[in-house]
Amino acid sequence: MRASAGDVSAQVRQGRVSATSITERYLEAIESFDRELHAFLTVMADHAVEQATRIDRLVEMGKDPGPLAGVPVAIKDNLCTRGVPTTCASHILENWRPPYSATVVEKLERAGAVIVGKTNMDEFAMGSSTENSAFWATRNPYDADRVPGGSSGGSAAAVASGLSVVALGSDTGGSIRQPAALCGVVGMKPTYGMVSRYGLVAFASSLDQVGPFGTTVEDVALVFSVIAGHDPRDSTSLKVRRDVDTGLLTLADGVAVSGQEGVVDASYGSMPGEDAYIWPASHGLMDGAIEGLRVGVLKEITSDAAPDVRRRVEEAAAALVSLGATVEEVSIPELHYALGAYYLIAPAEASSNLARYDGIRYGLRVDAEDTTSMMSRTRSSGFGSEVKRRIMLGTYALSAGYYDAYYGQAQRVRAVLVDAFAAVYRDHDVLLGATTPATAFGVGEKTGDPLAMYLSDVCTIPSNLAGHPAISVPFGVDDDGLPVGVQVLAPALGEPVMFRVAAAIESAAPSLPPPPVCFADGMGVQSGMGYGHE
Amino acid sequence: MPKDRIVRPRRWVHIASVLLEWESMNKDDSADTPGNRISREQVALVARLARLDLSDEELDQYTDQLCAVLDHAAQVSSIDTSSVSAASNPLSATNVVREDRPAACIDRDEVLSMAPEAQDGMFKVPRIMEDEP
Repeated sequence: MRASAGDVSAQVRQGRVSATSITERYLEAIESFDRELHAFLTVMADHAVEQATRIDRLVEMGKDPGPLAGVPVAIKDNLCTRGVPTTCASHILENWRPPYSATVVEKLERAGAVIVGKTNMDEFAMGSSTENSAFWATRNPYDADRVPGGSSGGSAAAVASGLSVVALGSDTGGSIRQPAALCGVVGMKPTYGMVSRYGLVAFASSLDQVGPFGTTVEDVALVFSVIAGHDPRDSTSLKVRRDVDTGLLTLADGVAVSGQEGVVDASYGSMPGEDAYIWPASHGLMDGAIEGLRVGVLKEITSDAAPDVRRRVEEAAAALVSLGATVEEVSIPELHYALGAYYLIAPAEASSNLARYDGIRYGLRVDAEDTTSMMSRTRSSGFGSEVKRRIMLGTYALSAGYYDAYYGQAQRVRAVLVDAFAAVYRDHDVLLGATTPATAFGVGEKTGDPLAMYLSDVCTIPSNLAGHPAISVPFGVDDDGLPVGVQVLAPALGEPVMFRVAAAIESAAPSLPPPPVCFADGMGVQSGMGYGHE
Repeated sequence: MPKDRIVRPRRWVHIASVLLEWESMNKDDSADTPGNRISREQVALVARLARLDLSDEELDQYTDQLCAVLDHAAQVSSIDTSSVSAASNPLSATNVVREDRPAACIDRDEVLSMAPEAQDGMFKVPRIMEDEP
C-alpha cells in the first residue's frame, strides 16, 4: 500500500527510518514512473536531499523535526518556490525563478516536509484536464488514455501513483476536488481565507484557495492543520480561533490572534504575529461520531451525474444513515446560475490579474521596437489558447457598457447563492453530492469544446462562489473501474464537521484498488504495518 | 532637439483611440443587454485592449467560442437580484490595516536578475515616447 504521512513522520521521528533514505526512494520512483505519468514539471532532487539531511540531523540531536518529518510532498507549479522554477505551466514564466517562497511552502518545510518537485497543471490553473499545460499532458494513473482532471492534475496524479505522499494544489472552481475525484484520492478546498495565498500566483482572487491532496482524510487534515492560519502578508487571510473544548472554529472578531488563543500546538509552522495550528495534528480526527448530524444530499450537484456516480453518492448517504446521521434530499434551485456566474467572475478577475505579464519585470519578453508592441507580442506568444480565451472573455465582460450586466450581475448572483446556502445550513450540518458529473474522460475528448470542458466543474463551483470548504473522498469505482469521488460541503469555517463526515464516508467506502502506475514501497521497511507488501 | 517638437507617450494615444473606437462600435447597440452576439470586430478590439495579437484564424475561433460561453453565462441576467448587493468576498468584509513599520524586503538585485532587461538598478523597456513630426 501507499505510505501515509502520519506513518512516515512517525517512523522518521522515532529514528526507525531516515528522511534521506525515504527521499532517495521517492526520487528514484519519480525518475522511473513519471516517464509514463508526466505529473512533474520540475524535480527538486538536490533541494529535497538537503532538507532530508536537515531533518535527520534534528532527529539525531534529539529535536522534533515536525509533524510532517520526512514526508515527501509535491507542490503545484503555481506556488512560488524560491530559486526553483515556478512556471504555472506557461511559456510566459518558463524561465522564472521566484525570489521568495509561498507561505504554505515555508510552513510545510518548517513542519519537516520534504518537497520533491513541482507538479504539472493547466496553464495558470485554467482548465479541468491538465491538457492546457504548455509543456505536456499528465496521464490518469488508472488509465493512460484518460485525463487526471485539472487544473491540479499533476498533484492528484502524483499522490494517486504514490510518487509523493501528499501534495498541494489550488482550487478556484474545483481544481483540487475534481482531479482528486478523477484520480481516486482525497482533495480539499478550505474556507476562503483559511490558508495564506502569499506566493500563490493569482488567477481569480475572489475564488482562489490553496489546499491539500492525500490518500486519506487524516493525511489531508494533517496537511491542512500545517498550512492553515492567518498570514499578515495576505490581506484576505482570516483570523480564526479554535475552541479547545468544542473544536469549533470562529472568526476572531478582527482582533489579532496571538499568544495561546486558538493555538494548541505552536511549535511548528507559526510565524511572528500569526496563530499556528487551528487543527492540532494530535486531535483525534477519527473519534468524531456523526450520530445525530443532519446531512442534506444536494440535488443540483447529484441528480444529473452519471448513473454510476449517482449510485455511489446514494451508497455514501446510506452509510451515513447507518452511522446514525439523518439524511434527506435538499435543493438549491439558484445553483442553476452558478456556472454562468463563475464563467463571468473568474475570467474577469483573470484578465486583470494576468495584465502583469507584460514582458517588463519578469518572464518572457519578445522584443519589438516600442513597448506596446513588445507587450502584445510577448503576451501573444507566451500565453496558450485557453488563457487567451479567458483573458478575452474577461476583458469583454469588464468593458465599458457591459460591466454591470456581466460582472456586476454575476457578483449579485453570488450573493443570492450565499443566502440560499445559509438557508439550507440552518437545518443541515453538511451537504453531500457528487464531485464530478462523470468519471475521468478521455484525452482530447473535450479540448475542442470549451463549454463542455467548463461543465465538468459544475459540481465544485458552488463552494468557490460561496467561499465554503468542501472535500472529495474516493468512493469505489464506476463500471469501467475508474475512481468515483463523493463531495462533502460545509458552511464557512465548517472544516471540523466536514472532516468528521469525510472520515466516516471513507471508513464505509468500498476499497479502491491502487492504480496500475503506482509506487507502493515508499518506506522500504518491514514495519508490521504492511509496507512493501503490495 | 528643436524647440517645437512635442514628445508624447504613444501608449496614451493608443488607449484613447481604442476607447473611441469601442464607443462608436457600441453606440447603436443595446450594450447593457447580455446575450447579444459579439461581432468579430468587437473581438478584435477586445484583443487590442488586452494586448493580444490574434491571427485571423484565432479571431474567428474566439468569436464563436466567446458567443457560446457568453450565451450560457447570460443566464445570470434572468435571476432577480434586487434584494442583494454584489458580493466579492463572501466572508469577511472588514478592512485590513497594519502599522507602517520598516522591514526587510526582497533584494533588488535578485529581483532584477529575473528581468528580461535591466540597467542601473532599473527595469529597462523599449522606447515609449515618440517624436511628433
